[in-house]
Amino acid sequence: MYIYDQYDQKIVDERVDQFRGQTQRFLNGELSEAAFLPLRLQNGLYVQRLAPMLRIAVPYGLLSSTQLRKLAEITRTYDKGYAHVSTRQNIQLNWPLLEEVPDILADLASVQMHAIQTSGNCIRNTTTDQFAGVASDELEDPRPYCEIVRQWSTLHPEFAFLPRKFKIAVCGTEEDRAAIHSHDIGLELVPNADGEIGFKVLVGGGLGRTPVIGSVVCEWLEKKHLLTYLEAILRVYNQHGRRDNKYKARIKILVKAMGVDDFREAVAAEWVSLKDGPSTLTEEEIARAKTFFTRPAYAQFDSEASAAALATQKEADPIFGNWVKRNTVAHQISGYRAVTISLKATGFAPGDITDEQLELLADLADQHSFGELRTTHQQNIVLADVEQASLYALWQKLQGVGLATANIGYLTDMICCPGGDYCSLANAKSIPVAEAIQTRFDDLDYMYDLGPIEVNISGCMNACGHHHIGHIGILGVDKKGQEFYQVCLGGSQSKEAAIGKILGPSFRQQDMPDVMDKILSTYVDLRSEEENFLETYRRVGIVPFKERVYAKAD
Amino acid sequence: MPKLIKNGGIVDDADRDILTIEQWAALDSKTDSAVQLEPGDLIDPLFEHLDELTLVAVNFPVFTDGRGFSYGRELREKGYAGELRAVGAFIRDQLDYLSRCGFNAFQLEDESQLPAALTSLDQFSERYQADIDQPQPLFRRRS
Repeated sequence: MYIYDQYDQKIVDERVDQFRGQTQRFLNGELSEAAFLPLRLQNGLYVQRLAPMLRIAVPYGLLSSTQLRKLAEITRTYDKGYAHVSTRQNIQLNWPLLEEVPDILADLASVQMHAIQTSGNCIRNTTTDQFAGVASDELEDPRPYCEIVRQWSTLHPEFAFLPRKFKIAVCGTEEDRAAIHSHDIGLELVPNADGEIGFKVLVGGGLGRTPVIGSVVCEWLEKKHLLTYLEAILRVYNQHGRRDNKYKARIKILVKAMGVDDFREAVAAEWVSLKDGPSTLTEEEIARAKTFFTRPAYAQFDSEASAAALATQKEADPIFGNWVKRNTVAHQISGYRAVTISLKATGFAPGDITDEQLELLADLADQHSFGELRTTHQQNIVLADVEQASLYALWQKLQGVGLATANIGYLTDMICCPGGDYCSLANAKSIPVAEAIQTRFDDLDYMYDLGPIEVNISGCMNACGHHHIGHIGILGVDKKGQEFYQVCLGGSQSKEAAIGKILGPSFRQQDMPDVMDKILSTYVDLRSEEENFLETYRRVGIVPFKERVYAKAD
Repeated sequence: MPKLIKNGGIVDDADRDILTIEQWAALDSKTDSAVQLEPGDLIDPLFEHLDELTLVAVNFPVFTDGRGFSYGRELREKGYAGELRAVGAFIRDQLDYLSRCGFNAFQLEDESQLPAALTSLDQFSERYQADIDQPQPLFRRRS
């Protein structure tokens, strides 16, 4: 993973000093609430319903065991002993004290972490595939480019007061696990006709009030032009993005208003003076970035023997077998698997993790995965490099701390924002809805029989729970002061990205498990063999679901 | 006489006319002219006259409107060498970014803030990006 040198460390340390001064001035009354607001946001600090919330950056989801231990210590020292993995791979603290935030940031800096630009109208954390570098369908590891973008976007002087927040995601695989179609900029590593790998550049995707799938502004961009081209896009947005209405301020609205062809031309015009300038990437810099994401010292195995041993263990212990099947995926190196640790156990808020669990995962990462972990935008944690032969031992340890839930990609592995329990923007609670659904569908056989299905829950229009791109999306809405839930079907975050369609009038919270039951049983009745929920939905459309859910009881 | 920060020191503001972009465009001679840009102004007409301009002021009606940052950078990238002044509601915490975008003069609404604002100019000793102060990005300078 990326290791700071003296320059990176200095930038982060000086940022902590700057924010300490700003916090002090705010507390002394020298800095107004309005002036402090964007400054604290750009250091990750929100003021929420019950307490401040601090969003800590996890660049492209990568963490070391040392960093995880520090996070555990921070949750104990400054918070209530737990943290939350967000839908953009970041980690959030729900109960820090504003006065102590500079100390938290200093502690984070001691392990090469920060909270810079995790919020505010600026370029946010760059996200990517949680299986980057190990995915079997990978064309090229996206992380070196994520790090290059991280450095370029960090404290960028021109783009700190944009019309609205700005999110970039990068993917280098056949299957898109980074939701690049739903980002302000999506970058996909693709070959050109000569087989040289460059970037396809998508702009103007996004969720929120107006969900839009990104448009291609450049079919293939040579790698060395990455930063100057991004700069041209950002400059067009900074100058022309709407600032009169925050709901129309994202770049997706600008791209729609201009039309993608005119937008592309405006970017090209800006690019003329930037292209081939000093920000053009050098081969040395790309090579330097790549040195931080090399393969660890993988062991050589007798792969047949290790596969046979695993098969025996699975047979002897079907619960373990289930977990291997659901929570692990193929690896580039034979004899290894990438393991997803579910943070979606029933009874716990999706994505929440306690200090003890953080520390145990740090130990497990050291023992089984070269000391590295990744957060996922589905709010789980990945150990990317686990020897097949160690899976059983790993699983047993996870079981002991409630982290062996075998549901990755299934119904109860829901994406869920913190919602009205914490967030001051929310119209409705989302965690109790997730819990009610998990409780209702706790029968594992039924859940596995339903097959892979993505259920995404947001407590408001801002769509942090990505409800538009869930196969089943649930959105909390406010109806005359009452919390209601709107359901949409057919969304998808894959390369065949789609925005879900609204099923009909919204439901009361207590009715949601029944509504889910009707949707799922409609699918079960209509599916043909081997067809998953999304495929059935795409074949039969929304009508049969609508008829079942809204049928009048006789 | 109003005071402002210029080239790293606090100085008295020279009394001179600063024109809107429309007034400026109507000038017969642009020699030694001064113009104030507002967010949304099209700045392309300035590019032909960068040698004649001696002052470009950029107004920040609210400090969260960041369009002026791009104006500054574009003008410097095109070769403008005269005074580039931030005016309006920007705050001292933005001085570092403004300076990196090419601004060398800062007229804060509250003059009493000027001495404190000066300290904001040297809070950071390093940066990643190419900018007007440092045309080489860190990746070309790393040792």
